[in-house]
Amino acid sequence: MYEKHLMICGATGCLSSGSAKVQQALEDELAKRGLKEKFRLVMSGCPGFCEVGPIIVIYPDEVFYCRLKPGDIPELVEKHLLGGEVIERLLYKGPDVDAPARFYDTIPFYQKQKFNVLHNSGIIDPENIDEYIMRGGYRAFSRALKMEPMEVINEVKKSGLRGRGGAGFPTGLKWEFTYRAAGDKKYVVCNADEGDPGAFMDRSILEGDPHAVLEGMLIAARAIGSDEGYIYCRAEYPLAIKRLKTAIAQAEEYGLVGENILGYGVNFKFNIKEGAGAFVCGEETALLASIEGKRGMPRPRPPFPANSGLWGKPTCINNVETYANIPLIVREGGVEEYVKIGTEGSKGTKVFALAGKIRNTGLCEVPMGITLREIIFDIGGGIKGGREFKAVQAGGPSGGCIPAEQLDLPVDYDSLTQAGAIMGSGGLVVMDDRTCMVDLARYFLSFTQKESCGKCIPCREGTKRMLEILERITEGRGEPDDLDRLQELASSIKDSALCGLGQTCPNPVLSTIRYFRHEYEEHINEKFCRAGVCKPLFEYTIDPELCNGCTRCARICPVKAISGERKETHVIDPEICTRCGSCVERCRQEAIKVTPVRREADVSH
Amino acid sequence: MSAIKLTIDGRPVEVEPGTTILEAARKLGIDIPTFCHDPELAPNGACRICVVEVERARALVASCCAPVAPDMVVHTESERVVKARKAILRLILANHPLDCITCEKTGQCKLQDYCYRYGISESDFEGEVKELPLDDTNPFYIRDMNKCILCGRCVGRCQEINGAGAIDFIGRGFSTIVGPAFGDPIEESSCVFCGMCVDVCPVGALIPKAGVGKGRPWEVEKVKTICPYCGTGCSIYLHVKDGRIIGASPDFEGPVNRGHLCSKGRFGWDFVHSEERLTRPLIKKDGVFVEASWDEALDLVAEKVRDLLNRYGPDSLMGLSSAKTSNEDNYLFQKLMRSLGTNNVDHCARL
Ligand SMILES: Cc1cc2nc3c(=O)[nH]c(=O)nc-3n(C[C@H](O)[C@H](O)[C@H](O)COP(=O)(O)O)c2cc1C
Ligand code: SF4
Ligand code: SF4
Ligand code: SF4
Ligand code: FES
Repeated sequence: MYEKHLMICGATGCLSSGSAKVQQALEDELAKRGLKEKFRLVMSGCPGFCEVGPIIVIYPDEVFYCRLKPGDIPELVEKHLLGGEVIERLLYKGPDVDAPARFYDTIPFYQKQKFNVLHNSGIIDPENIDEYIMRGGYRAFSRALKMEPMEVINEVKKSGLRGRGGAGFPTGLKWEFTYRAAGDKKYVVCNADEGDPGAFMDRSILEGDPHAVLEGMLIAARAIGSDEGYIYCRAEYPLAIKRLKTAIAQAEEYGLVGENILGYGVNFKFNIKEGAGAFVCGEETALLASIEGKRGMPRPRPPFPANSGLWGKPTCINNVETYANIPLIVREGGVEEYVKIGTEGSKGTKVFALAGKIRNTGLCEVPMGITLREIIFDIGGGIKGGREFKAVQAGGPSGGCIPAEQLDLPVDYDSLTQAGAIMGSGGLVVMDDRTCMVDLARYFLSFTQKESCGKCIPCREGTKRMLEILERITEGRGEPDDLDRLQELASSIKDSALCGLGQTCPNPVLSTIRYFRHEYEEHINEKFCRAGVCKPLFEYTIDPELCNGCTRCARICPVKAISGERKETHVIDPEICTRCGSCVERCRQEAIKVTPVRREADVSH
Repeated sequence: MSAIKLTIDGRPVEVEPGTTILEAARKLGIDIPTFCHDPELAPNGACRICVVEVERARALVASCCAPVAPDMVVHTESERVVKARKAILRLILANHPLDCITCEKTGQCKLQDYCYRYGISESDFEGEVKELPLDDTNPFYIRDMNKCILCGRCVGRCQEINGAGAIDFIGRGFSTIVGPAFGDPIEESSCVFCGMCVDVCPVGALIPKAGVGKGRPWEVEKVKTICPYCGTGCSIYLHVKDGRIIGASPDFEGPVNRGHLCSKGRFGWDFVHSEERLTRPLIKKDGVFVEASWDEALDLVAEKVRDLLNRYGPDSLMGLSSAKTSNEDNYLFQKLMRSLGTNNVDHCARL
């Protein structure tokens, strides 16, 4: 028996902030002191709060240590593990708490979250099936084995679950179509391509609780009558793939996968297909083509995969998070619990990845219907550096931005769509007053243009021309009718492109024009980028009223563009300045301002 | 299953389930433009020029691959449809050479036809234009990928019908092109020069070399005949101008080949007007061929035939004709041989 369990986050976020070194230090320390039998160290899934990683949570003490360094380990072992003393300086501290917070229940980041899909993440060892089973795992599947397919499907329908991959299609209905489709061979496919830049919800689920996804797929297989499944996971997720493989092998060993599962006479085989990371391969028909070994290009629907999918066979394709919801629904009494959370049209929870200018970056799971304000300010801790909130981009390259006026919007499929964004897969990128909305639109379009599969003309050629117009605007060569051109092109592309990529990629442009038209106009007419992002469209100017001549700016400037004597007002030479912004960060007086380019005469052409 | 009733441009029509909107419209004589549609290939839906407005559908629908549904109401030339088609044409033109004056495809180019139909003469988008090298290293056709609109018909034909798999899409986004693997010249690919891609290309991206500069499509007479190369008997059209063959194309209705040809039938007609072609008989004298008159040559043959007949009987004779002569000539030739008493007649089909 172990005395304590130490769950060290082994997910990609914490790995990048150094959790592997912390883990090594802990291993070494425990080995050195001969304590390996007493304290169990687990590389767990992600508890979400990437901002403060590396994280170790100690059970049964319920202590959450964060921002750990290898140097902290001897003290942690000595004082906490052996001495039973909580080390205050390693607890969570922040402007949102008065005193250091000890555990999930007092850390504000976790207060409004609702752990459904992530209820095991960070709690269990994802490489140990017993821990999953101990927390109720595979009970839903064994229950489903005793049910008729339509009974299972009806429960999923009743739960109101909608696909978490982006479009929000009712999952139960999709299963029913696949169940009713004629064919003796059917496939279950899991979409783990997760191509939105900045999104990592699915990765976290796969890394933190892979059995939940397998169980969801097994239940789907039972419901539609399938004996084979594919998990399409991008090769950039090696840890997720490794954990999936381990999980599959363990489930096989336990007779949950393979032939004659649990004696019920049904078979199931998992395959993992590693994708090369093309965004468009997340689109279901392109994904299926890619599994078949073809170039990942979408094809027209109908026929939908439910009728003709992988190798022309009826195929049920769902997202990782969708499958991870299934065991919660199909377990005994699951539906009744499930429908208690969420809104009328959007049931359950949604996992979001918080990124951008937000203080608490990381992963959160919230009940549907929560407002964006609660997510961004209560969970996310507001804007980094106390700056002003400007907008949040929801749904990645297919979504749109939502301005401050709409922050009280409830987060559900329909409200977000109405606001010009989409739920998407769950990426939320927060922007402050230093984000240029034209540049943001340009960024997303350059992404979709590069990722367009090249098949259809509106998307392949149209996004190129939209991108060129946006590039012109951000370079100061915008023309008055560019906005009309953009909108007209955008509506044609949306109306005529073949797949969801093309049909939604104008959204970032349309929504920024809808809410931030004045910024476009300022770029085009006044050749000014207020946010200080589009380099040809602003200058840095030192406000003589605020400058106290501390020389900090002049010393950091890499190109020596700033001159001025100590204690006297400094001046920036715009001809030399490269707009790198180092001085702005340096100035304690906030004296360095973004100003329009001073022109001798009108140089617009 | 019973027929499906729908309305297209205000006119009712009844079709079998599974029919596409495009096919239903064609039944009514309504002409919907298409670039990428190919009845012999799996639905593709790439070019989007065929979009139509279906009432109550969220977006426009590609008529070439969308099946009809009961009580569907379709508009094939509504304002919204025309706007989308014009946008597509403007987008193509922004990245397409406007050298129709010298382009071999002029007069049978779908891009030209549709630009004419929708009044698009130039593109208002300024920006990057593709600049790709011509691939004309092979003797048969030129690949000018600057003109390619990436409809994918060539790829589909090459993969799904020929099975050669010589070409596919390469790259993504704006830099997508169609070509052989690794950007190799077509001659170094698995291309067998069947020319099927050339026949379906809606624009001037794939051009047979033989006809370059030799005549405009409307000056050319297409003479339907049977390919004389082998025993398969593919139906072809010889393209004839001023009494000379300047090209050939398959007969898509031909019962034997239904649009397919081999490289010889498709491209191998230059011999007809070759300078090196024999026009007079030759007789070998002292080991060298010497030109002779027809009388001299025929006398010689007759004399030798007679001699053989007398000495060894008719079975000692055999006639070998040429696959490149006309069917009528070959008919007469076998008749002649049989009148001499032998059934030993053949021709050099397997060349
Ligand atoms: C361009 C594009 C990219 C997509 N990427 C993903 C993805 O990365 N993951 C995903 O689950 N769904 C993605 N989708 C949605 C899928 O096509 C499909 O709707 C989804 O996998 C269905 O599962 P669900 O019903 O569980 O959401 C993408 C769609 C498009 C058009
Ligand atoms: S919309 Fe874009 S990604 Fe989708 S098929 Fe067309 S070119 Fe490919
Ligand atoms: S000529 Fe025939 S084999 Fe060669 S690329 Fe074209 S279709 Fe393929
Ligand atoms: S070469 Fe011709 S047939 Fe092939 S994709 Fe280009 S336009 Fe289409
Ligand atoms: S002809 Fe229908 S999409 Fe090309």
